[in-house]
Amino acid sequence: MSTATQITETENYLNVDYGIKSWLLTTDHKRIGLLYLASITLFFFVGGFFALLIRLELLTPGGDLVQSDIYNRLFTMHGIVMIFLFLIPSIPAVIGNFFIPMMIGARDMAFPKINLLSWYLFMAGGALILYSILTGGADTGWTFYTPFSTEYSNSRVVAAALGVFVAGFSSILTGLNFIVTIHRMRAPGMTWSRMPLFLWSNYATAVIQVLGTPVLAITLALVFLERVLHIGVFNPQMGGDPLLFQHLFWFYSHPAVYIMILPSMGVISEVVPCFARKRIFGYAFVAMSSVAIAVFGFLVWAHHMFVAGVSVYSALVFSLLSYAVAVPSAVKVFNWTATMYKGSIYLRTPMLYALGFIGLFTIGGMTGLFVAALGIDVHVTDTYFVVAHFHYIMVGGAVMGYLAAIHFWWPKITGKLYPELWGRIAAATIFLGFNLTFFPLFIAGYLGMPRRYHAYAPEFQVLNVFSTAGASILGVGYILPLLYLLWSLRYGKDAGDNPWNAAGLEWMTASPPPTHNFAETPVVTWDPYNYNELPDMPEEE
Amino acid sequence: MSAQSSHGNPASGLAAAAPAALQHQFADLEQQRESATLGMWVFLITEVMFFGGMFTAYLIYRVMYPAAFQGASQHMLFWAGTVNTAVLICSSLFVALAVHAVQEDHRRLLVFFLLLALLLGLAFLVIKGYEYHDHWVNHKVPGASFQFDGPDPLHAEVFFALYFLMTGFHALHMVIGVGLVSTIAFLAWRGRFSPAYHTPVDNAGLYWHFVDIIWIFLYPLLYLIGHRRLW
Amino acid sequence: MAETIVRKRTYLVVWAGLMVLTSVTALVSCINLGQWNAPVALAIACTKALLVALFFMHLRYESSKIVWVWVLAGVFWLSVLFFLSMTDFLTRQFLNVPGK
Repeated sequence: MSTATQITETENYLNVDYGIKSWLLTTDHKRIGLLYLASITLFFFVGGFFALLIRLELLTPGGDLVQSDIYNRLFTMHGIVMIFLFLIPSIPAVIGNFFIPMMIGARDMAFPKINLLSWYLFMAGGALILYSILTGGADTGWTFYTPFSTEYSNSRVVAAALGVFVAGFSSILTGLNFIVTIHRMRAPGMTWSRMPLFLWSNYATAVIQVLGTPVLAITLALVFLERVLHIGVFNPQMGGDPLLFQHLFWFYSHPAVYIMILPSMGVISEVVPCFARKRIFGYAFVAMSSVAIAVFGFLVWAHHMFVAGVSVYSALVFSLLSYAVAVPSAVKVFNWTATMYKGSIYLRTPMLYALGFIGLFTIGGMTGLFVAALGIDVHVTDTYFVVAHFHYIMVGGAVMGYLAAIHFWWPKITGKLYPELWGRIAAATIFLGFNLTFFPLFIAGYLGMPRRYHAYAPEFQVLNVFSTAGASILGVGYILPLLYLLWSLRYGKDAGDNPWNAAGLEWMTASPPPTHNFAETPVVTWDPYNYNELPDMPEEE
Repeated sequence: MSAQSSHGNPASGLAAAAPAALQHQFADLEQQRESATLGMWVFLITEVMFFGGMFTAYLIYRVMYPAAFQGASQHMLFWAGTVNTAVLICSSLFVALAVHAVQEDHRRLLVFFLLLALLLGLAFLVIKGYEYHDHWVNHKVPGASFQFDGPDPLHAEVFFALYFLMTGFHALHMVIGVGLVSTIAFLAWRGRFSPAYHTPVDNAGLYWHFVDIIWIFLYPLLYLIGHRRLW
Repeated sequence: MAETIVRKRTYLVVWAGLMVLTSVTALVSCINLGQWNAPVALAIACTKALLVALFFMHLRYESSKIVWVWVLAGVFWLSVLFFLSMTDFLTRQFLNVPGK
């Protein structure tokens, strides 16, 4: 029963109801996940468009494509859109919303209506940020440093800050929903140690979302009030301290980077065992390392402020803590590698992204240790070294993890298979394009090329040309999945319930799943990743 | 383990109508209640962190500029702040008694206590409004009209900025609380709650008590710095 | 339902305690205790907050350990925000070098 255009007779969450109201007023966590998928894809390409303009400007040393003022707005809105409208929601709001209830054997999230509210808040925040862009954008950097943002900037700071503020509440509510759902709605027999590691990662992420984002909210609210009403706690002329802003801002924004990477790590913990046909090595260590990252991630924020004027003693403390936070991440990399050892490796598309993640995240993470050292950081702060470091983690890590997730779970979400050949081509293109874009920037930064400048010294041009060339390849690589995934909706082969013979409750129900996920609440009596009991990976067709 | 989804059914909130209030994603009312309670507590922790940012700003500036803060605190309306503290504590008592009333199935008492709490909440806001007006008239609002004749006026202005910001956000939360309690009082009057189902009353109560706790800290930090005369 | 009904008497006793503590803190603020005014006021505030949380908010009767974990986590994270920020502001003048 697998003709390409088969009419599905069984009812599932997609065909149970039609019409725009059934989507815009849905409380089904799966549909909400798809609403997020559509919106964050849109925002990804908006942010990508800014990246394209940045890389075009940087082809030549002179500031000849745009003026410096416009360039400031380009990198600011690139950062704001990519971070707050793409990376932060990506895996939790799309994959998490879709699969957390299924993975624990529940019918829906604990609070389905709050889930929908979350999406509307996200769209409202996105609309405010789009309004900011369309009326000129902010030029403060995504970091909104004061007193420039509160006092001197003539750009659309208020709209951008308000947009981030509103989107932040979307993040908080999503995290709250995850926490209560995972605590209270697990199926009988699903103990904490039988949960897939994707759940541990998303739980740790939710902890950060819930504890950190409110501090960002109050900080941006204070920026807004200071800019509009001139009630100043950040303005030195009124007795305030700009470093207070930076402390409050980075208290959230550093843990935010763990919001962006932890879910991807959870994805890798699902994909690697499946495509190595082996139980994850060191389940407890991987689970505990997620919690450790969430906790330690809150203790290191001032490493973004080493040259901003914090006291030397404080800088020493934060530098030391920053070394500590790398340990749990390394634990995960060791465990994934050990999982693959003596496994049966299948290099399908999700696995290609997972392998790319492991390599690129390791590079990004290790360069993080370089910048955590005070001496090196003084040299490379505000250079392209830092830019390359965080893009290795965010793009080489988080985005590749997101693509791994999309490709791994696409058959379950849509009931369709995408063409494996194109999946592999896209993965290879992205990997090559990414490295060509960002590796030269490590070198340029170390040699002294500053960030956030639209013109640079001529000796850096060769590196920048490589980088822009890489960026165009990377862009093609990102467009490919958009095309073949959409193609597969209409022309793809039927996936069946479990095209990967993967472990996990979500694979034990139909593809696409029925609205209530399971006909009967499952009772769990087995350990996760029981690949020794499952049949082997099906042959490629 | 079948579940019925008939939330949004206003008329049948009587003591025996437990299945009507069960939402479809939950297995039983107990799970629903426990989820709502945990959700409310987690939400309150987010509020702790939200206010925490402002308390951090306060802590830092107070430690760095103690003379300015002490001098500025003398200009607070001591009696207004003290009375407001008592007002909120009494309102919290009434909210707690309201929960007790619904547990014992006393619908009239439930509504009565909620309305009392509501009145006290409004009284708090009125007194606060009076204070703000007084500060405005005495040039204590930060900005062009600010005047301060004590030590370190530059940082005294920061104290007043923090005062308005912290009490302003607190008052905003009071307004939300007043709205919440009004809604709960209305639903209670319509018979929606019973000993079997009164989670919204509990959770509105948790919110109200939390806003009270914020004030319990704001009061000494803003009104009682150092030592002071009684007026 | 696994729910404790707290006696009205308990609420009234807690309320009385809160009112007493409020009066104490107000009166103590009129006495010059030097550097001890602040810690005393904060200690009283913490006690009042604890009374409200334990009794009015039913924390004392809460059977779920997770709720307790979250409350303690919130307090802990707030302390992290306070104290780690203070490592900067409190140590700024240690070296006699401008800007450090």
